[in-house]
Amino acid sequence: MKKGILYDATMCIGCKMCEKACAEHNGLPYDANVAAEQKQSEHKFTVVLTQNDKFMRRLCMHCEEPACASVCPVGAFHKTSAGPVVYDVWKCIGCRYCMVACAFAQPKYEWGSLNPRVRKCIMCPDLVKEGKQTACAEICPTGATKFGDRDDLVKEAQERLAQNPSNYVPHIYGLKEVGGTEVLLLSSVSFEQFGYPLISKIGDTPLPEYTGKIMSKVPDFIPLWGLVLGGVYWLAHRKEEVALAEAKGKEGGMS
Amino acid sequence: MKIKVTLWRVLFVIILCLGTYSAYVRYFHGLGAVSNMSDQFPWGLWIGFDCLCGVMLAAGGFCITGAVYLFNIERLHCIVRPTILTAFLGYCLFIVGLLFDLGRPWFIWHQLVYMNPHSVMFEVGMCVMTYTTVLFFEFLPNVLERFHLTAPLKWVKQLMPVLVVAGILLSTLHQSSLGSLYLIMPSKLHPFWYSPALPFFFFGSAIAVGLAMTIFESTQSAKALGKHLELPVIVELGGALLVALWVNALLRFQDFYHRDLLGQIIKPSYEAYFLWLELLLAFVIPITMLSFKRVRLSSTGLYLASLSTLLGFVTNRLNVSITGFETWAGHHFVPKWTELMITLTIIALGFFIFAICVKYLPIFETVAKHQKLTPPESTGTGISVPLHAGD
Repeated sequence: MKKGILYDATMCIGCKMCEKACAEHNGLPYDANVAAEQKQSEHKFTVVLTQNDKFMRRLCMHCEEPACASVCPVGAFHKTSAGPVVYDVWKCIGCRYCMVACAFAQPKYEWGSLNPRVRKCIMCPDLVKEGKQTACAEICPTGATKFGDRDDLVKEAQERLAQNPSNYVPHIYGLKEVGGTEVLLLSSVSFEQFGYPLISKIGDTPLPEYTGKIMSKVPDFIPLWGLVLGGVYWLAHRKEEVALAEAKGKEGGMS
Repeated sequence: MKIKVTLWRVLFVIILCLGTYSAYVRYFHGLGAVSNMSDQFPWGLWIGFDCLCGVMLAAGGFCITGAVYLFNIERLHCIVRPTILTAFLGYCLFIVGLLFDLGRPWFIWHQLVYMNPHSVMFEVGMCVMTYTTVLFFEFLPNVLERFHLTAPLKWVKQLMPVLVVAGILLSTLHQSSLGSLYLIMPSKLHPFWYSPALPFFFFGSAIAVGLAMTIFESTQSAKALGKHLELPVIVELGGALLVALWVNALLRFQDFYHRDLLGQIIKPSYEAYFLWLELLLAFVIPITMLSFKRVRLSSTGLYLASLSTLLGFVTNRLNVSITGFETWAGHHFVPKWTELMITLTIIALGFFIFAICVKYLPIFETVAKHQKLTPPESTGTGISVPLHAGD
């Protein structure tokens, strides 16, 4: 059973307690200045965006089939069976392909560091393993951020949409986006205005499939292409051998 | 010993000094200090030029060795060595570029330990590593000959067919995979450059650029280093280049057509200007030039046509890696001067090491030797033969 987070922007009061709890749990500094920053960065894994009294959290979506994990040449990212997409800093070589590949631009980089790490929300895997909630869900005073089994959260989101259709944009963000994500969002205004790419743009195909289609052919391609090249070599050099043999034959005939 | 002061040498020293300073900034103050890369632009000039273009510009190695050893086109033999040198240098410098770009270059060996076979980057990394080794062995005869080590020279020469086949196989894989790197970002990369056919474009352009680079480097060596220019060979490559350009142009056109972009690409826009520049330099200018027999038979004409091709496809790869992401990122990417200096230093080192190798190793000596060995009837049998090597 996959764990997930349901964030309902209509219940959010913008208190930013989630930001603070996140920073504390991840050992990051948090003060008034950090709180005022309206974007994610290597020291701010989640942000509560504010636009005209409307709020929206941004955090790693924990894709069912994460692009970051699929593109990493050394497998520094991987999806745990419980749901969180986690990062092993030891393996990382710093190619930043994960950052380029992520449709939600979640991995951030320590650009100022001499031994930089990729940073992002990893859904408190230590807490989740112990059967606890994520730090952000635990602290949320209104229940806007709710932690639980993804299947249950999907049902709940559907119920909320059905009960109060006028309150919401009729869409559960994360249900199908890039093949589905563990983080689900509900909102009364367009997700796009908070920087979430719409499903019409990113589609419901898991991103790894785009490269998987071609990568899966590589093992078959290598011996076939090798054989073709070898064949070309043989053919091209056979002409020479034939010419040589013919010349020899002529000589033999004459003598 | 007296060293002559020339404009190029002064420029080289200046670039080297500024490059050294930039390298210091890179390793003592970090990637953020040396470059304009950011969370919006995690890949900047170094991936765009040093890696994507570097590997493309070194593609002559597999094109020419393939034509000579695989297709047995003996008359091209005289340009094999300089081409292998260019390729070997290109890949070595690519790795140098990577050591600047990787955030944790000291862990580059993790590639061999923690493998992720689903990653295109993993495939590229492994291919580049193996192919650089192959190129090392293809380059080795120059050194062995120089020091008269006849026994190992014989072994390497016997190994050559295997090396060449491996080289083409590896090149096919990683040249196209550089394009596959971008397949996973359909929503981020601008539709002008995002195409499911990216791996085919990258492979096709590698062949065109491989031929153009061979022409460029032969004519440039003749001009700057006073080496003998094998004009008939260059003319033949020019013909092959023309066909390769047509194939590339046709593929691009079909791609635009099938993705309904023909209307969009002719409308002026920021992206369209860069696309026009790319298409003009990569296709319109060289194809027009090479269509005239007079141009195709003159070394200056071939030099200019190949230069235009190189600039065109470099623009193409910078468009894929930088221009194509600007709308998504919401701002333009202009490399910081220190970032640019690292790239310029790598290019300058390439030219410098090439000149040194040519001076001290028998890179061009076989040219003269071969002229005598090649029977006259094998030259000028038409330009259709090497094209197969290209496709």
